[in-house]
Amino acid sequence: MIETYIPVIIMILVGLGFGVANILLAEYIGPRRPTKEKISTYESGMEPVKSARERFSVKFYMVAMLFILFDIEVVFMYPWAVQFKALGTVGYVAMFLFMILLFAGYIYIIKKGALKWD
Amino acid sequence: MSLQVIMFMILGVGAIVTALGTITRRNPVASAMNLVAHFFMLSGLYLTLQAQFVAVVQVLVYAGAIMVLVVFVIMLLNVGKEEAHHESFTIRKVLGLVFAGAIVVQMLAIYLGSSPSAMSQLSSKSLTLGATESIGTVLFNQYLFPFEVISLLLLSALIGAVILAKRKVD
Amino acid sequence: MNDFILAAPLVAMSFLSVICIVVDALSPKPGKIPFMFAGFSLLGALLLTIPTFWYHGTAFQNMITVGGYSAFFDVLFLIGGLLTLFAGRPYIAREHFDHDEFYSLIMFSVAGMMVIGHSNNLLISFIGIEIMSVSFYVLSGYLRKSIRSIESALKYFLLGSFATGFLVFGIALLYGATGTLEFPAMHAAVVADKLNFPNLLTVGIALVLIGLSFKAAAFPFHQWAPDVYEGAPTVVTAFMSTAGKAASLSALIPVIAAVVPQTNWKVGMVLAVISAATMLVGNISAVVQSNIKRMLAYSSVAHAGYLMMGFVANNPNGMTGVLFYSAAYLFMQIGAFVIVSLIEKENDGNLQLADYAGLSKRNPVLAALMALFMFSLAGIPPMAGFFGKYYLFIAAVEAGYTWLTIVAVISSMISVYFYIGLVVTMYFKDSTDTTEQDSKPGLAGVTLAISCAFVIILGLFPQLIEKLAHSFFM
Repeated sequence: MIETYIPVIIMILVGLGFGVANILLAEYIGPRRPTKEKISTYESGMEPVKSARERFSVKFYMVAMLFILFDIEVVFMYPWAVQFKALGTVGYVAMFLFMILLFAGYIYIIKKGALKWD
Repeated sequence: MSLQVIMFMILGVGAIVTALGTITRRNPVASAMNLVAHFFMLSGLYLTLQAQFVAVVQVLVYAGAIMVLVVFVIMLLNVGKEEAHHESFTIRKVLGLVFAGAIVVQMLAIYLGSSPSAMSQLSSKSLTLGATESIGTVLFNQYLFPFEVISLLLLSALIGAVILAKRKVD
Repeated sequence: MNDFILAAPLVAMSFLSVICIVVDALSPKPGKIPFMFAGFSLLGALLLTIPTFWYHGTAFQNMITVGGYSAFFDVLFLIGGLLTLFAGRPYIAREHFDHDEFYSLIMFSVAGMMVIGHSNNLLISFIGIEIMSVSFYVLSGYLRKSIRSIESALKYFLLGSFATGFLVFGIALLYGATGTLEFPAMHAAVVADKLNFPNLLTVGIALVLIGLSFKAAAFPFHQWAPDVYEGAPTVVTAFMSTAGKAASLSALIPVIAAVVPQTNWKVGMVLAVISAATMLVGNISAVVQSNIKRMLAYSSVAHAGYLMMGFVANNPNGMTGVLFYSAAYLFMQIGAFVIVSLIEKENDGNLQLADYAGLSKRNPVLAALMALFMFSLAGIPPMAGFFGKYYLFIAAVEAGYTWLTIVAVISSMISVYFYIGLVVTMYFKDSTDTTEQDSKPGLAGVTLAISCAFVIILGLFPQLIEKLAHSFFM
């Protein structure tokens, strides 16, 4: 059974190899002419002044929570999508109902302003 | 030894190493990254056990969503390097070891006390059980009702998140 | 289609609770509309329950049972929800936290409890318990400005999710042992001794018992109860400690029926010890409390112990006792907590037992009602609480657990001390402060009237419910 995964394993190895090879090639073949600007931390043009470990706002937490909840919804959609044809109308209606129920939650989030940033 | 067993061994050792990394790193972010690696190892283990759906969910939900939340909380609380939180050889550690040992003994007892015939039966039956197709079929036929009820659970959690984490209390 | 008619109350309640959050989100002004919607939904579901009493069967691919005791619990949970709703509206307004999620969350938790009551499959029980618990975690932290409320929510959440872990593990092991999650099939496997791993069954039962004992606040997993019940908003405590407890124990009914054949004395003994310890610990701890919410919290722990006697007996009479006592306990405890919520002042004021001195002069109606509920909780005839205990004690003696009944009688006597102590404080001690004014009951008056009526009716005509409940388990 595991033999069916050999292409996947090869794919992972090729992906890893490509990344590692590029880093190594740049390291050994590429020319190096460092200037002060080049070796400073890139921060989208901002001056990097303090620690990167800054305290996040609780607003991010809200988004992460909602992300998880809708992510779990996706977990249920995955087997549904795989079996979509075989399940027929029943499966379609079932998923439709599930989506409607969760859409109620979406309306609630929007109306209560849970995704508003200020 | 088949390829399957070799893969299982490699992934199993990887899972243990990353799990140890999770609990021994002093830096919480490093700990979290070890946990991500651990989840990937577990996902690989599930694949070797023919549980493809669980493997996908492991990556999708745990390595994806749950870890985002873990990292967010670390950032939120601004836990830097753990400050010299030295715990000597306390009663808590002893108890922890005792209970962990008890669970190991229990697992072994169950494993050794069970009849091998039942186990081989199970494994032959379960070859296609973990495939996403069979889970889809069962979920949308026999388990349709619990599937719809789950949406209530998700909704109540959603309301809870909004009430408790919304910044403004007007 | 037939399934939808059979399971009408549950289906209706689920959809209405989802609609409730949309109504809440779309209604322009907070307050009236979501409250009305929730009230009428609960009433409507209550009406839908009536015809299901005469059904008996399963629906949705054997996932849920309809009719029988699940119809009884439906009625109980819906009434509990209604009583909480009425008491909650003035309470939430007094605490200046009038957000409408309160009503949606009550709806959700009632829907979760009904899922538990209807369960014919361990998976359904689990989902129901989780819906109920998640709603309770949020409700107990509902007063976000009060540090005690947040503390109680956090404690409840952390310990509750830990207990859920035990429950899931237990369910997984039961599945491993029997190869099914459906109660009838599980029962067949246990009776025929066709178990994959016999050891797993014992461990599985133990873990499920641990998980459910936690949810019902039974010894030795009761320590969270006083803290959580004290910190949570009082009406929420009323709801959690009654309907929530009944729901957690109703999950035990099919589990016990499925995995514990009549002859298994081991599980019976474990349950008996848990039951005895729960009532003793609850009542003895309640004696020394000076805060009324903590006192009632410990007393609710003790009542979980009485309820478990029915499971120890594990016979039709025992189950009848569980049903009857769940109903009686719901009304008397909600009544008592609602009175506490009326006397309570902002910032946790007026919650000491001493604050009840002279209540009979200040507010004779409330004092009389409180006395009624206390007499019923103590099990003094002819209140509902007396007959509930009577049925449970008889069932335990029938099953050969005379020692448990003796323990129960002793712990009831201990409980008389603090229940009657409160009555004495209200009637025979004078208040130091005569300027106090209690809150106007408003809609909470409806709750009190209904609870009081049921406590008296169940006490005067216990056969009504007893006959009905008994017919479910024949």
